[in-house]
Amino acid sequence: MRRRTLPGFSLALGTTVLYLGTIVLLPLAALMLKAADIGPERFVAIITSPRSLAAISVTLTTALWATAFNAVYGLAFAWVLARYDFPGKRILDAVVDIPFALPTAVAGLALTALFAKNGWFGAPLAEWGLQVVYTPLGIAIAMAFTSLPFVVRTVQPVIEDLAHDVEEAARSLGASDLDIARRVIFPAIFPAFLAGCSLAFARSLGEFGAVIFIAGNQPMKTEIVALLTFIRLEEFDYPAAAAISAVMLLAAFALLVATNAIQAWHVRRAGVD
Amino acid sequence: MADRDTLSPRRALRPVGGHPAFKGPLIALVVIVTALMVGGPLAVIFASAFSSGIAAYGAKLADPATLHAIFLTVLVALVVVPINIAFGIAAAWAVGKFDFPGRSLLIALIDVPYSVSPIVAGVAYLFVYGAQGLFGPMLEAAGIKIMFALPAIFLASMFVTAPYVARELIPLMQAQGTDEEEAALSLGASGLRTFILVTLPNIRWALIYGAILCNARVMGEFGAVSVVSGNIRGVTNTLPLQVELLYQDYNVAGAFAAASVLALIGVATIIARGIVERIQRKAEG
Repeated sequence: MRRRTLPGFSLALGTTVLYLGTIVLLPLAALMLKAADIGPERFVAIITSPRSLAAISVTLTTALWATAFNAVYGLAFAWVLARYDFPGKRILDAVVDIPFALPTAVAGLALTALFAKNGWFGAPLAEWGLQVVYTPLGIAIAMAFTSLPFVVRTVQPVIEDLAHDVEEAARSLGASDLDIARRVIFPAIFPAFLAGCSLAFARSLGEFGAVIFIAGNQPMKTEIVALLTFIRLEEFDYPAAAAISAVMLLAAFALLVATNAIQAWHVRRAGVD
Repeated sequence: MADRDTLSPRRALRPVGGHPAFKGPLIALVVIVTALMVGGPLAVIFASAFSSGIAAYGAKLADPATLHAIFLTVLVALVVVPINIAFGIAAAWAVGKFDFPGRSLLIALIDVPYSVSPIVAGVAYLFVYGAQGLFGPMLEAAGIKIMFALPAIFLASMFVTAPYVARELIPLMQAQGTDEEEAALSLGASGLRTFILVTLPNIRWALIYGAILCNARVMGEFGAVSVVSGNIRGVTNTLPLQVELLYQDYNVAGAFAAASVLALIGVATIIARGIVERIQRKAEG
């Protein structure tokens, strides 16, 4: 173990801890304190009220749809960017990040205009009898848009770094493309893929700006948890806002812990890093 | 397989997924879905913003509340981005150049805002600085207003962007190690001089990249700011909030005009990122 020879450690660490402490930890701790203050009985009553449960169910369902879509599409996207050369590839590579660079309110406004009954996409879809705006499908589309880059950007570098020799060895032993994809490539990219899906899911669960434009926000039907929190605040019902926010925060942490645990388990089992 | 040795391995072994019947359609599918899903929203913003001509567009943007929202958004970015750069450098210096107990915990902590809903962040701030928050009564007694005012917008923006610069710098500083800095120090350079002349040039592109992303997020943040700002028209309304306000007022044309400014910032962010990456690649040879 080498001695620390560089200066500035205490200053840098002090600044970091102070910043994270006041900007990130203090508010989250205050939120948890407020939620704990409510008392377990009232807390449970708030969370299990029909409107809360409906919002939780809508949010979970639509976030799952959005994440499932991005798992498939993001994986294909990452593969295409990492493995093929074609004209316009650099543009495609840049376009991936637009959902992160575009403010969520702008995305929500644009998606609502596109899928409105007289919109570019909404009009043809309406002829098929499919309505997107003010339905859970619209919520899922908004979530899928804002969380699109996560799977692509976590999986793409891993596919680029995959050693070709293992694939070539498998190929020379007569393995088919599907076999190699399933038994060689997928296990190697799985931890990154899972991390990407988990980030996309977390983002979808908490998405607000993009969703509220397209959702219609009908209580019990198309009201997401983040909006319900916001409405409780506007009603000055602070205990309810605290309780619902605390549940969202705990869900986000549980997701992080679960992702790390599955990754660790996978690394142990498959022996890949 | 008998004539395998006579062929070069590259020719004999087609890469996985390299069959034309798979490759072509897969590329086409990804391009089409992306054009619809990402190109569609971008196109509709500009098409709607300019649907009644440039003059009408200009008039919508010249609305005093929208102009004030643009000013406020730029002001927030001017305050928050430099602070985030300073924090990012400090965090990356501590975590990337040193090993200490609790290091991985600190890295995990930096990432927390990525997973927290902006609405939750806003609510959390309310319970610190709001009237019913931890410091609320104290601040009120002292006559300091943080909630539903500019300081709350700064703080909420600092929360949501905390990881942006640090995340770009940490892996880079870690990979670069401490050899160059140690050489400079052993030659008698001061710590600050070493940082400015040795470390900073090594990380400048990642720093710029992180700052660009941070700027885009600050200017576009909606959820957290809409909880803490109080949405006071012409006072604490940032541009994304103004977009929603105009839309709620059934001023759809005005909403699209304001949205187009934000969309332009987003597109500029992507282009700037591409330029930075290209320069970086060239610099690395």
